[in-house]
Amino acid sequence: MDSSAVNIRDRVIDIIAEQAVLEPSDVTMDSTLEDLGIDSLGLVESIFAIEEAFDISVPFNANAPEESEFDISTVSSIVAGIEKLVAEQHT
Amino acid sequence: MKRVVITGAGTINALGQNVSATLEAMREGRCGIGPLEFPDVDRLSIKIGGQVKGYDPTDRFNRQQLSLYDRFTQFTLIAAREAIGQAGLEFSGDLAARAGVVLGNSGGGMTTLDENYRSVYEDGKNRVHPFVVPKLMNNAAASHVSMEFNLKGPSFTVSTACASSNHAMAQAFQMVHGGLTPVMVTGGSESMLCFGGVKAWEGLRVMSKDGCRPFSANRNGMVQGEGAGVFVFEELEHAKRRGAEVLAEVAGFAMSSDAADIVMPSKNGAARAIKGALQDARIAPGEVGYINAHGTGTAANDKTESAAVADVFGAHADRLLISSTKSMHGHLIGGTGAVELLACIMALRDGIVAPTIGYEEPDPECALDVVPNEAREAKVEVALSNAFAFGGLNAVLALKRFS
Repeated sequence: MDSSAVNIRDRVIDIIAEQAVLEPSDVTMDSTLEDLGIDSLGLVESIFAIEEAFDISVPFNANAPEESEFDISTVSSIVAGIEKLVAEQHT
Repeated sequence: MKRVVITGAGTINALGQNVSATLEAMREGRCGIGPLEFPDVDRLSIKIGGQVKGYDPTDRFNRQQLSLYDRFTQFTLIAAREAIGQAGLEFSGDLAARAGVVLGNSGGGMTTLDENYRSVYEDGKNRVHPFVVPKLMNNAAASHVSMEFNLKGPSFTVSTACASSNHAMAQAFQMVHGGLTPVMVTGGSESMLCFGGVKAWEGLRVMSKDGCRPFSANRNGMVQGEGAGVFVFEELEHAKRRGAEVLAEVAGFAMSSDAADIVMPSKNGAARAIKGALQDARIAPGEVGYINAHGTGTAANDKTESAAVADVFGAHADRLLISSTKSMHGHLIGGTGAVELLACIMALRDGIVAPTIGYEEPDPECALDVVPNEAREAKVEVALSNAFAFGGLNAVLALKRFS
């Protein structure tokens, strides 16, 4: 894992932890948003913060989360999705 | 029909951040109007207002709440906490299912709108915070009050410009009066004091650059204020059973529509609303001791309102007291009737009539006792609160002293 990937992961965890009002150390890669107590409004606020932090656009429709290209099932899947978007949108 | 009394009051406005501070300022004839403080105020031609100062939202709300609460919602919740706290009510079971909250508001989350327009238009950003819509919608304040206090009955927001609060309180009164619910939370709020809000008002050329002087011959326009007023309206027997302190009785109301002009007031429309409120409350004109005027300080309103009062009251118009407290707290637009109801409660309960400050020169077209500059002691049995909105929508409430 290169340094930029570590950086993305840590920054995403920071954003999610802030939203969940937890310490970053309490957010593990296999946590789900539900585990962390983040509801639907918390999710859209997290996505907004992520878009701002990485200057990317996240394809996510709250009406049909399962159909979105962006997989929000765990912290790990979110980080992977963002790494991909950063790579695609910053080349 | 049920008798309706007020058992709780709360406010935050330019005169004070609770009811006692506000009433003290009104008794002393203090002016809450001063230089506006917000970004880009130097680009405005109107630079004064009745702004709530010395207020830090983070003292009252946490970060997650603030992401959802525009300033008008913050003000509403602060006033609601005070009012419901004073009433000593907790909403659960059947009471929670029946009690609701009806509030007046005109501009919604104007600060939120302004900040986010700035962000996309001026700063060129392509995304805004996801809660812009739930934060700016006009019913946000009523909804957050319902959530904080578990009010599950009829709840909504009334928007009739400067009469919004009076129309809202009339709805709440009617619900309790008719037996639909024993308790309603009601009032209103406004916060348009931001660059875009004041810029829009400047366009109408009705704003004063130097002060609000209602009924004074040298008046030159309105001055905007901000804040909230919230009350608990309760069925008298319900209040008695639990030994609640009664601040005043709400005796009746009336509404009328000028059906004439989108901004100019009508003597006839105003007079019909005043007369209607007296009839609804079964009060003879001679019983009215105090009127809290709409009294905006514009040339048109004050002379039209004075003529309407003279029409309705005849010779008694010279004996009753009428004042505009907008001279102190500014015009709170959709929240104004709610803050002004406090002056009616003070007149009825404490026997002190708030003054019209900034009064400098008599105007023969406003030849009433406007309680110039200094508060006055008077035994008042009945007080009216006038609100005459842009769009010609009028609402007048009649309150009685409770003994």
